[in-house]
Amino acid sequence: MIVRIMGEGQVEIGQDDLDVLNALDGELEAAIEAGEEEAFRERLHALLDKVRHVGKALPDDSLASSELILPPADASMDEVREMLGDEGLIPG
Amino acid sequence: MSVMKRLSLIFRSKANNALDKMEDPRETLDYSYQRQLELLQKVRRGVADVATSRKRVELQINQLEAQSRKLEDQGRKALGVGREDLAREALTRRSGLQTQIADLRVQHDNLQAEEEKLTTASHRLQAKVDSFRTRKETIKATYTAAEAQTRINEAFSGISEEMGDVGLAIQRAEDKTAAMQARAGAIDELLASGALDDFSGHRGDDIQAELDRMGGGRDVELEIARMKAELGQGPAPQGAIEPGPAYPQQQPQQQPQQQPHQAPSNPTQQYRQQGEGL
Repeated sequence: MIVRIMGEGQVEIGQDDLDVLNALDGELEAAIEAGEEEAFRERLHALLDKVRHVGKALPDDSLASSELILPPADASMDEVREMLGDEGLIPG
Repeated sequence: MSVMKRLSLIFRSKANNALDKMEDPRETLDYSYQRQLELLQKVRRGVADVATSRKRVELQINQLEAQSRKLEDQGRKALGVGREDLAREALTRRSGLQTQIADLRVQHDNLQAEEEKLTTASHRLQAKVDSFRTRKETIKATYTAAEAQTRINEAFSGISEEMGDVGLAIQRAEDKTAAMQARAGAIDELLASGALDDFSGHRGDDIQAELDRMGGGRDVELEIARMKAELGQGPAPQGAIEPGPAYPQQQPQQQPQQQPHQAPSNPTQQYRQQGEGL
């Protein structure tokens, strides 16, 4: 499965690692819903670190789309909220 | 739905919307390629803008450091001729400049990180655009509607996602750089007008301002004591801020006529109220 970390590129991860990522993603979502910036930052970094650790970077010239997309490491909670909104921050 | 899934859906729906607008897939490919080239130009401009801002901040740091050295020199000379009040004023101003320099260093590091990120994104996008162009020409050359549609969708959604990602990185870099340029512009004006000594950024509240002044005051007292020791006018201070560059021992140009302000024998025991400007 291909995962994109925004601003960093794409990595490929195995199915076996998906459960751990989903659990971390659930915690990240809970922090956003609770509006806890500190917890959000910790969990976002935990999730990104895990993806970087288990993932294998895709070559720069690959043109595959990602099944999962993660916010950039320096994103604030408000920015992520905006991205997830109807319009989203993503241009195009 | 999870954060990861929702974000990928947003990207995908944007790609699908763009595809839906096109009737002939070959048009889609050509149009998309033009958009990619435009974005690449924009990314390169973005990298250049951030680099320009970084260089500007570097220049400002150098100017402020030169001013800081000049003030330290003036302080030493003032002490040498027995004008402790002048020395204290010079070192108080220098303390304010040191704060500015520290802030600018943080900005410089942020800009450098932003520049590196955009440069990497630019290389990645360039590789993807080249790859897309090859694939586009292959699809067009062997075009049959049924077979090509799938390959077009795959190639298009892959490049569209990358464009969205890089486009957002550029937007964020522009926002950050705009905020820094506004501040850099303010410092330029203050440098030009010579009013920088009064520039103290945004302080928190009265209590914080007082604490800052006391902290700065202590540094000044320590610096005065250090310079006095250098000039053979007193013992070396117990605490010390970062020492200035080594200067040759200066002979006082004249014997001190008066000592308007006696430095406390132990600078940590007493803080002077400094004038405005810290």
